[in-house]
Amino acid sequence: MVLVLEQALNGLQFGLMLFLLAAGLTLVFGIMDMINLAHGSLYMLGAFLAATLVQATGSFALGILLAIPATAVLGMALEVALLRTLYARDHLSQVLATFALILILNEAVRIVWGTDAPMPMPAALSGPVELLPGMPYPAYRLLIIAVGAAVALLLWLVVAKTRVGMQVRAGASNREMALALGVNVPRLFTFVFGAGAALCAVAGALLAPLLAVQVGMGENILILAFVVIVIGGIGSIRGALVGSILVGMVDTVGRTFLPHLFGLALPPQFASAAGPAIASVMIYLVMAVILYFKPQGLFPARA
Amino acid sequence: MRIAFLILFAVALPIVLNSTDQAFYLSFASRILIYALAATSLNLVLGYGGMVSFGHAAFVGTGAYVASIAYVEGLASAWIGWPLAVAAAALAALVIGALSLRTRGVYFIMITLAFAQMMYYLVNSMKAYGGDEGLTLPARADIGFGLDLGDDVTFYYAALCFLALAIFSLHRLANARFGRALLAIRENEARAEAIGYPVQRYKLVAFVIAGAAAGLAGALLASHGKYVNPNILHWTQSGTLLVMVILGGVGRLWGGVLGAAALLGLEHLMAEHRIGWLAALLPDYQQHASLGVGLVLLAVVLFAPQGIAGLFSRQRHA
Amino acid sequence: MLEVSNLRKRFGGVAASDGVSLEVREGEVHALIGPNGAGKTTLIAQLSGSIAADDGRISFLGNDVTRLEQHSRVKAGLARSFQVTSIFRGFSVLDNLALAVQARSGSSLSFWRPVAAERALFDEARAIAADVGLGERIDTPAARLAHGEQRALELGLALATRPRLVLLDEPTAGMGPEESRRMIDLVERLRGRLTVLLVEHDMDAVFRLADRISVLVAGRVIATGTPQEIRRNAEVRRAYLGEAA
Repeated sequence: MVLVLEQALNGLQFGLMLFLLAAGLTLVFGIMDMINLAHGSLYMLGAFLAATLVQATGSFALGILLAIPATAVLGMALEVALLRTLYARDHLSQVLATFALILILNEAVRIVWGTDAPMPMPAALSGPVELLPGMPYPAYRLLIIAVGAAVALLLWLVVAKTRVGMQVRAGASNREMALALGVNVPRLFTFVFGAGAALCAVAGALLAPLLAVQVGMGENILILAFVVIVIGGIGSIRGALVGSILVGMVDTVGRTFLPHLFGLALPPQFASAAGPAIASVMIYLVMAVILYFKPQGLFPARA
Repeated sequence: MRIAFLILFAVALPIVLNSTDQAFYLSFASRILIYALAATSLNLVLGYGGMVSFGHAAFVGTGAYVASIAYVEGLASAWIGWPLAVAAAALAALVIGALSLRTRGVYFIMITLAFAQMMYYLVNSMKAYGGDEGLTLPARADIGFGLDLGDDVTFYYAALCFLALAIFSLHRLANARFGRALLAIRENEARAEAIGYPVQRYKLVAFVIAGAAAGLAGALLASHGKYVNPNILHWTQSGTLLVMVILGGVGRLWGGVLGAAALLGLEHLMAEHRIGWLAALLPDYQQHASLGVGLVLLAVVLFAPQGIAGLFSRQRHA
Repeated sequence: MLEVSNLRKRFGGVAASDGVSLEVREGEVHALIGPNGAGKTTLIAQLSGSIAADDGRISFLGNDVTRLEQHSRVKAGLARSFQVTSIFRGFSVLDNLALAVQARSGSSLSFWRPVAAERALFDEARAIAADVGLGERIDTPAARLAHGEQRALELGLALATRPRLVLLDEPTAGMGPEESRRMIDLVERLRGRLTVLLVEHDMDAVFRLADRISVLVAGRVIATGTPQEIRRNAEVRRAYLGEAA
């Protein structure tokens, strides 16, 4: 029972971080109709910058807080310098150009930092917290959940309640109409991109002590973000949140319990092979099932 | 006329290489032929069908693994292993295609990517067949007729035959009813449907044909290196295939061939020959070959989207 | 020939089709008119099958086609032309029409035999080109045709499928008076050969061509009748306040 709760919390934690990546990505897809494979690279840059800044300033909080705007600026520079020219191009060109960007950024990071940059867990948070009697849970992971939930709330407030947010929503559901209504599209795009980069940085920096900060870390999580967006629907923040939590939960809980469940139901020679195999592709199977019934995702922003 | 010269060159190559004692390059040439086959199969889906599939490595990988598993399980004959590989890849393409082709645009790209990665994880977890360490084969598949594929020259000619068959088939297909329908669908899908083409069905057919051909390439690849591991299914491999196609020329008959030759050739050149001024700038630049590939790719996308084949011909379709 | 019962389609909060019912009789030229935003193109899209209706029934030649895919409806004899020209821009006029003839004549799951060998295909394409006045331009790439010629090709593509009923969505869209007259003549020549449901804004065209007219306002048909009846209809006049009727 305790194990289930613990895994559920892990799933929630991972899901919220995934949401930070997926939210920025789904807006770029929805508003700019551009597929950006290099989004994961921004996450990687955020993590590397955070690791360096934490070491430079000696403070965990300060390091992360500085890494966020730094990554946002880099993201916006990338948008203005390069990605802008891709909006008008076809999807194939976008895929290839951003794929090229991944290669370039991975190598650039490797040249500047080397293959990895370790980021230690802040001492104050490395201990467990007693959530329920007899159930300790790592304090750091609780921090992630708290920050993730706070950012999700903030994002919802901005998108649902502010003027900028309204423009973003309008652009996501109908770009031509937004243009016709006088939205300053280029500036909005740069802003959305910068915001997406900032969210990536938060996720990258927070996850850095837990996962390894290394070149190529962006790609694995990028694909999960894609799965989230396919499930949730392009252009929909709500869809990204639901999708992220779903993916986070299924992946974490699935990996822990599915082999166990298989072991109960199937003879051992199948269970030991099938269990981990199916667990590793559980989310893709979920995605396939959802796709079969709803090819546009659960909450598509466009009609 | 150019084709005749090309054929002559391809056929004569092993003889030339053997006589000048450059036998290593024979193996390298076979690799190019195999990747040319894989890239050409992607070109069918991408260049002629207009489908940006970012999961083609899944079909190459399926073919490679099925062929390898068949061999390891005692079916050493290429006449069993390779058709099995093709059939398995075609089946994978059927299932993935049927699900993915209900979507389009950005969705389609992401879904093909996700499914391919799913295959990667699936294969990775198959401990019985090597898991993440891969599977080594004792020898190349047995093709019978007293021919030994272990001999690099023989293998080269076998690969060349398959590639030639593929190119010729693509040429016929492009000019046949199916090819024309496909090109129409690529040009204007809504109109194609409105004049009565069952668009989704035809796209799926193209997808499956391409998957089958990719499976053959995978079987050849596994046999050639006598080794297969999950990385062959990794999405970066799908990316590499896409790079080859755009480098060579999307939708052009020789696009896959030119792209494979160009990319593999470029990589080889970068690894083998030290460029003086570049080394002065960055001493270990050869470790960062991907940076060069990335820059070249970006340049091609931005400035020469028609690829190499585009430089040779002003025609749109072969 | 075509019976539409209570068709409904919503986009978010907007009801593009709010219970559309109409009926097209065999052999007639039936015009569909209405103010901008009435939902005419959405209706055409639902009839042709590119959009699925939320509710209601479409019956063609006695068969229920409401859930039938677009390409199957084309095979059954129901074709459309587009308001915003939708042709195969990279192909020549001849190839454009040949593609449509090819779609009509059997399966395209043929992978080996070159299409160029099928003379009958291209002969028929040439005939259609002549029919729509593009006989001199068959080798011109579609992208380089003048607007009026592209609209003619648009019509030709629909006709090449040998439909029993053709849905023409504003064939004279974007045309000057001379070109419009030519297009109207073209449609006039179709009378008797097939049934036409014609969406039009050009009232000259409508009153010249139509046997009957249906008026679509805010997603519903408010009146159907002969041109004289529609002219005299008070409700129609109100809906068209300011428009020449």
